[in-house]
Amino acid sequence: MTDASLSRRKSKYRPRTVPVSEDGKKLTTSAMIASLDAEGRDTIAAPFGHALVDLAKSRSDIVGLTADLSKYTDLHVFAKAYPDRFYQMGMAEQVMISAAAGLAREGFTPFATTYAVFASRRAYDFICMAIAEENLPVKIVCALPGLTTGYGPSHQATDDLAIMRAMPNLTVVDPCDAIEIDQATRAIADHPGPVYMRLLRGNVPNVLGEYGYQFKLGQAQMIRDGNDVLFVSTGFMTMRVLDAAKRLQTDGIDCGVLHVPTIKPLDVSTITAEAGKGGRLVVTAENHSITGGLGEAVGAALMRAGVNVPFRQIALPDAFLDAGALPTLHDQYGISVDAVTATVKSWL
Amino acid sequence: MMEHDRANVSLARRAYAIRRNALLMGEVQGQGYIGQALGVADVLAVSYFHALNYRADDPEWEGRDRFLLSIGHYAIALYAAMIEAGILPDTEIETYGMDDSRMPMSGMAAYTPGMEITGGSLGHGLGIAVGMALGLKRKNNPAFVYNMLSDGELGEGSTWEAVMSAVQWKLDNLIAIVDFNDQQADGKTTAALAQVPEVGRWQGFGWFAQEVDGNDMDAVVAAFDAARAHPDPVPRVIICQTKMCKGVPFLEDREITHFVRVEPDEWARALEILDKGKPDD
Repeated sequence: MTDASLSRRKSKYRPRTVPVSEDGKKLTTSAMIASLDAEGRDTIAAPFGHALVDLAKSRSDIVGLTADLSKYTDLHVFAKAYPDRFYQMGMAEQVMISAAAGLAREGFTPFATTYAVFASRRAYDFICMAIAEENLPVKIVCALPGLTTGYGPSHQATDDLAIMRAMPNLTVVDPCDAIEIDQATRAIADHPGPVYMRLLRGNVPNVLGEYGYQFKLGQAQMIRDGNDVLFVSTGFMTMRVLDAAKRLQTDGIDCGVLHVPTIKPLDVSTITAEAGKGGRLVVTAENHSITGGLGEAVGAALMRAGVNVPFRQIALPDAFLDAGALPTLHDQYGISVDAVTATVKSWL
Repeated sequence: MMEHDRANVSLARRAYAIRRNALLMGEVQGQGYIGQALGVADVLAVSYFHALNYRADDPEWEGRDRFLLSIGHYAIALYAAMIEAGILPDTEIETYGMDDSRMPMSGMAAYTPGMEITGGSLGHGLGIAVGMALGLKRKNNPAFVYNMLSDGELGEGSTWEAVMSAVQWKLDNLIAIVDFNDQQADGKTTAALAQVPEVGRWQGFGWFAQEVDGNDMDAVVAAFDAARAHPDPVPRVIICQTKMCKGVPFLEDREITHFVRVEPDEWARALEILDKGKPDD
């Protein structure tokens, strides 16, 4: 077939080599409602929804809003417990955000939920001007951060941290696991300004429990120490680098993990102090595009502070990502435990 | 219910004072959205001296009716009204749009007492009004939320999200005021994005809708009264057909009136014409 127009047309379709699982079947696209849970891990159900219900017992100012995604942001737990404090705003992110601003003006503390793509892309101007510019205490809590769905770019918020980091006044939080989501939900409720928080929903792994971790808004914390590599990670990539660190240990590579759940304001003093100890390869790890997220924030902070150390980024590419099954995509784009382990080895 | 002084002054005299304040501010800058201010002065006179409940010396009084200006560039008109209402001192007229002024060119909540929201990015006001109306209901506060928006702003999709939401939540404490002067930056609003008969489409969404000549004081008063008194649990809208530059005929006749050009010597002439028609108290 030498038909030029046909080959041009065909060239628009990307070639894919899909891995086949052990039983010979190709993996299928994970549903949007799927939880991000690693096999065999302890999980906690709907940590955000239950934390909000618990908070609301003593905080009559807390109200919940969603744009037709209460079930997929765990806000349905709150809606069931407090139906008169729940606002179903319909499939209309702009008015949801504006109305949350209005409720905040009247003294309430609104938690508004949708998917991260819709908050960061569609409702940006409304978050910016109705909420952030006036520093109102609206908490925007968004599911499907980064690459946590196989649906393709329409639902993959690979650019939300870059978008939200650029917004003045806005605090940006990317929790790692169920324990941290519970703690962060309480902390952001107490914070007097606007917050954007990324959310893992459904059955969420419990990872940090074994480390005795306690979330503190705005603080980066060492989860484990190590002399060869310093991972500086956020969100669920902290799970991944903790697992990778265990594997690398068996190869005699000693990895520390500095967990940075608050992307903005960035805990520059802790990051520069840890990186500045020297002698370690600094590797940022995030469930986000390599452009404008944690990695670039950390890189710039180190340069401003005059901390000159070897520096690498583990992040998603600056591209619209493929559709597919999450394990496939996480391998393909380098954020699975296997991929992180191999990548770090290649850098040493 | 009026909480402000001089309640015996006629609305026509208030509208005159609003126009005069606006012209003085326009002269400070040598330019500005004077066409909109002159056009909407009668509606603002009815808002601030007939309809709204407020305390001039306490702009954040919890019992106040909330007046949300989505159209930030109309700030000159709202400052003019709030000066007449005693919320802002007339000594600040000469600071309009200047560095360090409390009266910037585009209305912002953080700058000005009595300015409820930051406008300017169009299509925000009605959605915020929905949230405030919900909040007032939660608090059993009987105040109204007024949102003044423009015909051009009806092109923003977010306005229509708010239109539907206000019906969904039965917001009978929400009154939208549309200043329909058929002018936007590039020309006629009706030539830019299909505008069907306004009353019909708002009614179609479930609103209690009225359309009036926004420069006919008695008609505007009647519409505000009807909007507040309407018995059904639905939001209310008053579409005010206004004339850009109303009250200064030589400016009314200018073709481009979104950002009207006024020559330096014309401000005095405009004031002179306005003063000639000064109504009695």
